[in-house]
Amino acid sequence: MTDSSRTITGSETSPVGTDPSDPAADSLLEIDDLRVHFPIKRGIVLDRTVGHVYAVDGVSLRVGRGETYGLVGESGCGKSTLGKAVLRLERPTGGSIRFDGTDMAGMSGEPLRRMRRRMQMVFQDTLSSLDPRQSVESLLVEGMRAHGLDKGGESTERELRELLSSVGLPSSALRKYPHEFSGGQRQRIGIARALAVRPDLVVADEPVSALDVSVQAQVLNLLEDLQEEFGLTYLVIAHDLAVVRHVARRIGVMYLGGLVEESDSDVLYEQPLHPYTRALLSAVPVPEPEVEDRRERILLSGDLPSPASPPTGCRFHTRCPWRQPTRCDSERPELRDVGGGHRVACHYAEEIRDGIITPNSGE
Amino acid sequence: MALLEVRDLSVRFVRKSEPTVSAVDGVSFDVHPGSTVGLVGESGCGKSVTSLAIMGLLPGRGTEVSGSVNLEGSELLRLSQREFDRRRGKDLGMVFQDPLTSLNPVVPIGLQVSEVIERHRGLSRRDASREAARLLDRVGIPDPDRRLKEYSHQLSGGMRQRALIAMALACEPRLLIADEPTTALDVTIQAQILTLLKELVAETGTALIMITHDLGVVAGMCDEVNVLYAGRIVERAQRHELFSRPRHPYTAGLMASVPRLDSPRGQRLAPIEGSVADNIPWEGGCAFSPRCGNALAVCGERAPELETIEQGRLLRCHNPIGAAELERAHD
Ligand SMILES: Nc1ncnc2c1ncn2[C@@H]1O[C@H](COP(=O)(O)OP(=O)(O)OP(=O)(O)O)[C@@H](O)[C@H]1O
Ligand SMILES: Nc1ncnc2c1ncn2[C@@H]1O[C@H](COP(=O)(O)OP(=O)(O)O)[C@@H](O)[C@H]1O
Ligand code: SF4
Ligand code: SF4
Ligand SMILES: [Mg+2]
Ligand SMILES: [Mg+2]
Repeated sequence: MTDSSRTITGSETSPVGTDPSDPAADSLLEIDDLRVHFPIKRGIVLDRTVGHVYAVDGVSLRVGRGETYGLVGESGCGKSTLGKAVLRLERPTGGSIRFDGTDMAGMSGEPLRRMRRRMQMVFQDTLSSLDPRQSVESLLVEGMRAHGLDKGGESTERELRELLSSVGLPSSALRKYPHEFSGGQRQRIGIARALAVRPDLVVADEPVSALDVSVQAQVLNLLEDLQEEFGLTYLVIAHDLAVVRHVARRIGVMYLGGLVEESDSDVLYEQPLHPYTRALLSAVPVPEPEVEDRRERILLSGDLPSPASPPTGCRFHTRCPWRQPTRCDSERPELRDVGGGHRVACHYAEEIRDGIITPNSGE
Repeated sequence: MALLEVRDLSVRFVRKSEPTVSAVDGVSFDVHPGSTVGLVGESGCGKSVTSLAIMGLLPGRGTEVSGSVNLEGSELLRLSQREFDRRRGKDLGMVFQDPLTSLNPVVPIGLQVSEVIERHRGLSRRDASREAARLLDRVGIPDPDRRLKEYSHQLSGGMRQRALIAMALACEPRLLIADEPTTALDVTIQAQILTLLKELVAETGTALIMITHDLGVVAGMCDEVNVLYAGRIVERAQRHELFSRPRHPYTAGLMASVPRLDSPRGQRLAPIEGSVADNIPWEGGCAFSPRCGNALAVCGERAPELETIEQGRLLRCHNPIGAAELERAHD
């Protein structure tokens, strides 16, 4: 921890928006009230819109320069949609996204293209979605060429070799094709492809979830090394909390299109405040029998509600073990700072933390 | 006495245009009533093929199975397909990773469960239907009377997995095989399903073979754990022993590879080098040797045997973790 100023500043009276204790004060990415709603169409001729999937519904977060921000949550909570919206692969329904101080909303044409170079995405298995007849070299050069970074000849050659060696592959890989590689190697190529255009921000959506554990660790270490080497900023999206805790300095927890809690990753792990975060943390199996034998799981009842008809009030109230008769089902809790940049969207976060409110036993 | 005895089980896939794959290579283990035995390892190490062989569900053509699978004194590998089908519903239950492919999409869930009960337990249709509702309720499917009439695609992943567990339990099997039962599920749903499986083992005395790549799941669920690599068991131990004192370099490597929720941020992971694709066949020496930090010259010459190193503990390695330390202690 290098943030020594934190001990001096009282966090209660910071002006709105610029919390001095916020490590993300120098933000590369600022997302405000982002909404991405997908229309649900019915009918063949008229193509009526009969409702919406509220995939991302009012998310605000900041990612500091050089920082790793981790986004976790269960399947369908809107993580990937958020990531794609940042890169404008998905058009936001509302809200704003500022990258390096510039609002992306009005952008198009050449300025948007230039901005896009600076943000790249790494997918779960980037290469499986690519043309299998394209060699690794042509895959890598493609992006560079599109952004005028391919100077040709010896200079490009050298750059490609250096790129491959940064991701731990021999230069002989250049002439090979995606199918000739193992899953972990393919992911390295996918990462090299993103880095070829020298981005500032890398959005990594489930970068290791398709990999075996031994290989997963290799790729996680690689991501760390590359961040150091190239001064990258990461937005890492994953459903695996242990992975996110390992790589991220700040973590945001999503539930049904909204952020329910956000804090420093150590704080989140040591003192989760939102009931959903608590349940999530208690559910992750730890490879240590003593811990497993002692642990008490907070079992949630039922399944995730559909994001097409999210519950009223607090979206978690249908499954929340701490649910209260007032406010929970009628008033949507805002994400509020409870001190030190720890933000939580629960009406009763303090009472739950202090044990004043305890979980309801059964239904 | 063991409920299930697997002895020297080997499965080879012989394909005309491709090299023969030795998917399972001399695997032996016992399962006792009421106990949970884990099979753990990375993709392709032979976990699923082992379970399919025990269940008699391997494709017939081009598959060579040898060894013995003995369930309460009767040899399963010699059963005809017909006899196997009968045993499968009655004594053996199976839960797969992807419940959608193992449920019938055009038959309502309730009917699928009650048909199994009718067939194997000889109950009347009405009693079977009532029993099906009770089972769905037991596995935590809310509003079972309504759910009985629904189809598998109408259920969420977690509900489908519960339905599949209900179906596997319908005949009160003595042995349940769960192959990555929660790999496709979210963690909060995984917690529900694992808790359910544990309760069922405790309540009914069913033995459970738990197949998973997740060391966390193993740590919480299994009594005895078998670690597989390239089709062979490389280490076996009781759960606490295995995690506190892994002896095989592969087991230790796996443990050092997983990021843990309870380890401080910034701690660097220690991955195993290479990948499973670098396996060499066991005939040429130890299959793990290209990736092993402990490898000696002998490892590339002679495959290690699975040896009992202490009560209940087996190891297949020429130069196990801690060997040097132990030797020093004995001097
Ligand atoms: N193009 C689309 N049209 C309609 N609905 C969509 C579209 N893309 C995503 N959705 C829906 O939006 C919601 C959020 O999806 P998203 O892919 O962002 O989830 P996720 O958090 O990434 O989940 P996972 O962990 O499974 O990847 C889901 O309900 C999904 O079905
Ligand atoms: N039907 C099949 N035909 C040919 N090879 C197979 C077949 N099923 C599995 N294999 C091979 O057997 C090995 C073990 O597979 P499997 O048991 O499914 O691994 P896992 O441990 O991931 O469950 C792998 O190399 C796999 O490719
Ligand atoms: S606001 Fe109410 S329902 Fe929502 S998390 Fe807090 S206690 Fe639970
Ligand atoms: S036998 Fe040799 S190569 Fe194989 S795991 Fe043991 S030390 Fe490593
Ligand atoms: Mg996703
Ligand atoms: Mg498998």
